[in-house]
Amino acid sequence: MFEATEINMRHRRTEVLFRLLFGMMTILLILPVALILGILIYKGAPVLSLDFLLSEPTNGMTAGGIFPALVGTIWLVAVALIASLPVGVAAALYLSEYAPNNWLTRAINLAIINLAGVPSIVHALFGVGAFVLFFKFGTSILAASLTLAIMTLPVVIVSTREAMQAVPQAFREACWNMGATRWQTIRRVVLPNSISGILTGVILEVSRTVGETAPIMFTGAAFFLPFLPQSVFDQTMAMSLHLFVISTQVPNVPEGLPYGVALVLIAMVLSMNAISIAFRMYLRNKKKW
Amino acid sequence: MANAIHPEEFGLSKPEPAQLAIETHDLNLWYGTFQALFDVDLMIKRGRITGLIGPSGCGKSTYLRTINRINERLGYVRTTGSIEVMGQNILAPEVELVQVRKQVGMVFQRPNPLPLSIRENVIFGYKIHEPEARRLTRNQRDEIVEKALREVLLWDTVKDRLDSPATALSLEEQQKLCIARLLPVKPSVLLMDEPCSALDPKGTEAVEELIWELRGEYTILIVTHNMAQARRASEECIFMLLGKVVEHSSTDDMFVTPKSQETADYIEGRYG
Ligand SMILES: Nc1ncnc2c1ncn2[C@@H]1O[C@H](COP(=O)(O)OP(=O)(O)OP(=O)(O)O)[C@@H](O)[C@H]1O
Ligand SMILES: [Mg+2]
Repeated sequence: MFEATEINMRHRRTEVLFRLLFGMMTILLILPVALILGILIYKGAPVLSLDFLLSEPTNGMTAGGIFPALVGTIWLVAVALIASLPVGVAAALYLSEYAPNNWLTRAINLAIINLAGVPSIVHALFGVGAFVLFFKFGTSILAASLTLAIMTLPVVIVSTREAMQAVPQAFREACWNMGATRWQTIRRVVLPNSISGILTGVILEVSRTVGETAPIMFTGAAFFLPFLPQSVFDQTMAMSLHLFVISTQVPNVPEGLPYGVALVLIAMVLSMNAISIAFRMYLRNKKKW
Repeated sequence: MANAIHPEEFGLSKPEPAQLAIETHDLNLWYGTFQALFDVDLMIKRGRITGLIGPSGCGKSTYLRTINRINERLGYVRTTGSIEVMGQNILAPEVELVQVRKQVGMVFQRPNPLPLSIRENVIFGYKIHEPEARRLTRNQRDEIVEKALREVLLWDTVKDRLDSPATALSLEEQQKLCIARLLPVKPSVLLMDEPCSALDPKGTEAVEELIWELRGEYTILIVTHNMAQARRASEECIFMLLGKVVEHSSTDDMFVTPKSQETADYIEGRYG
């Protein structure tokens, strides 16, 4: 009565086939990533040391460390974060809490999604025109960071809006029915319950720009500048550009050096990602509704 | 005016305007092109509990949501006719919506306390509406909280954990809290949309008891699908069908000698 029939067997064979197929695709996908990481660690790890992180490049960048580039990248990302946080949150607040559901809002939403697809070199040229030349910031951390901020703004807005939308609608309804205005509702209910999600989202998105090269190359990052920046109006070295330079522009660089720089760069991105994802998971588990 | 309801037809004496909490005349409402209310004429007496019954989709919630004008948020809602609350036309241009929401509190089917502490939930509306809320001392605020919680028979259960999150309370307690948070601003009307349907029988009984206690002090308009509840917990009853009022009479009369065949059929459970 309960034995497998011919049709059961056939379904089972199809099942096995598809599971195998999808599993292999997944492995195929993971393989390149694992390979990249493996080679980087294998070739780059020997170069790494505290001294490598904390000293300046020497001998025409064929020896020494990466300290100015490391510090420069931290400056660039930090200033970009400070710039995109208020603008992104304000825009997301408007779209999530105020905007009526009409064609204009839908058009804006569509535009934001499409903006995320604009190539970074286009943002770079915009940055040169707007910040370096028009606002006369010159090639500086400020100009480069603002370019990065503009570039990440679409994803920042999307992630911020998602954090706000995660606050159940019933809370808003409750507030409105008690006579609270939109702003009172936002200040007392929406923001307190989404601010942690907003922050982790913004940090995650902006920190992904650590690896961007094009947008900062023309706006603020220097080829070689063995001093630390003193203010946002200085130029600075940056990890991504430094990697590009020593890999392609400078002769006689020892083989391990670019791998070491790349490894540090990847470690920066991954650790920022890991921290904000862990933070987000922690907060999500703490929620009670 | 074809289906206007004249209370005297149902053996109710015609109420004086001063006795009325809610009065709607020729109230029509459209969601886009769909008409949900047709010429609703109702006079709801002050200090009474009025039940609102009818099959699903007949417009009970819609009617409630027009009384505090929350429906307008949708943007595609159009209303005609007049709505008076405590003798004042709330559709007049000079009316401030915030004041309407203060006078007319709403309780929902699913208890929806805010993700704040119990204390903060109770004082929330007060903070919004009363400018002196900022200047109150902690003691004065605690008094307001205690008074509201006592009124909903919740004080003894929660007095030792006023600072714990309201969302951790049982559903019954949450629903009582949702009623309590309306009281500090002294509303005149409480609208309740199936306030017990998410609760277990014991919770239902407790909340019903509470609603009965509040009678007299507040005008309560309560939607329910539960015939036994309508019968137990209301003094007057309104039966609606397809966006129209079919019958409005004292609860006893409606359940014992319904005037219309449709009311009788519904009460007997023959449809809806
Ligand atoms: N936001 C809305 N947009 C469009 N139509 C709506 C909306 N809300 C309600 N309706 C329609 O209006 C009619 C009345 O709905 P309403 O929610 O007032 O009924 P109800 O009597 O409360 O029903 P229930 O007993 O199921 O709660 C229904 O046909 C419903 O589909
Ligand atoms: Mg309803």
